[in-house]
Amino acid sequence: MILYFLCLMLFCVGLYGVLRKRNIVKMIIGLGIMEYAMNLFFVLIGYRFHGRAPIDAKDQNIFNMVDPLPQALVLTSIVIGLAITALVISIAIRIYEKYGTFDITKIKRLKG
Amino acid sequence: MELHILLIFMIFAAIVAIEVKDLLSSVIAVGAVGFALCLAFLVLKAPDLAITQLVVEILCLIILIRATINKDLPLVIEGRWIFNTLSTLGFIAVFLLFSWLALKELPRFGEPIMEVVKKYLQEGVSKTGAVNIVTAVILDFRAYDTLGEATVLFTSVIGIMAILRRPGRKKKNEK
Repeated sequence: MILYFLCLMLFCVGLYGVLRKRNIVKMIIGLGIMEYAMNLFFVLIGYRFHGRAPIDAKDQNIFNMVDPLPQALVLTSIVIGLAITALVISIAIRIYEKYGTFDITKIKRLKG
Repeated sequence: MELHILLIFMIFAAIVAIEVKDLLSSVIAVGAVGFALCLAFLVLKAPDLAITQLVVEILCLIILIRATINKDLPLVIEGRWIFNTLSTLGFIAVFLLFSWLALKELPRFGEPIMEVVKKYLQEGVSKTGAVNIVTAVILDFRAYDTLGEATVLFTSVIGIMAILRRPGRKKKNEK
């Protein structure tokens, strides 16, 4: 239970970065931290004490292995997270080229 | 116990990444969070995830450094400091309230339910021939998810190309 709570604390740090910071790169970093926390939370739910990695063996049964299903879903989620980060960073680079700043309060001109 | 240490380290590095002034230091700190997450996956008996997280983290760092190098800027003094902080803390409080309500319904740590996996485990080797059950799930039982993941990747590549391409020649009457 303490581990769940620590994972939520990590999520809250990322949420604070997204909501409070005014630099776009800091907000993207907050988004990444939230994504890390969610992935870790899914894997924590599937963990079993003294479990083994989900690779088949002779005496492998359901009571001595960790849950492989959250791991398979998180594997998809990690790669999609990379795609999201790349897309958001490219938008940030474009904003910097156009306005010369990363500060969201300075981006006011709505031209073209 | 090592998981607690890793998680506390990750929280500390995340706070550093959010709060430090220099953007490049911030990117390096978020890299520390990612590599600690990779170690945590290893401790949690998820080797496939650890490998993927390592590769993705290196790519993420390269992209983030490309965005921030030579582009540091001094941030101005922020207005409405108290209002912004209070509203942010309010949102975090609402989030913590709902997550506390949700955590009461979850199974306890270390004892997963594993109803769905039972079938995959019984039929995994005979149906797919894959010894690694994670691979059997993502490439065989849930292959459409993986197909959708590849679609998302290529869509994001198209988006990046559309955003970052050089603009064409300007018209004469435009400034």
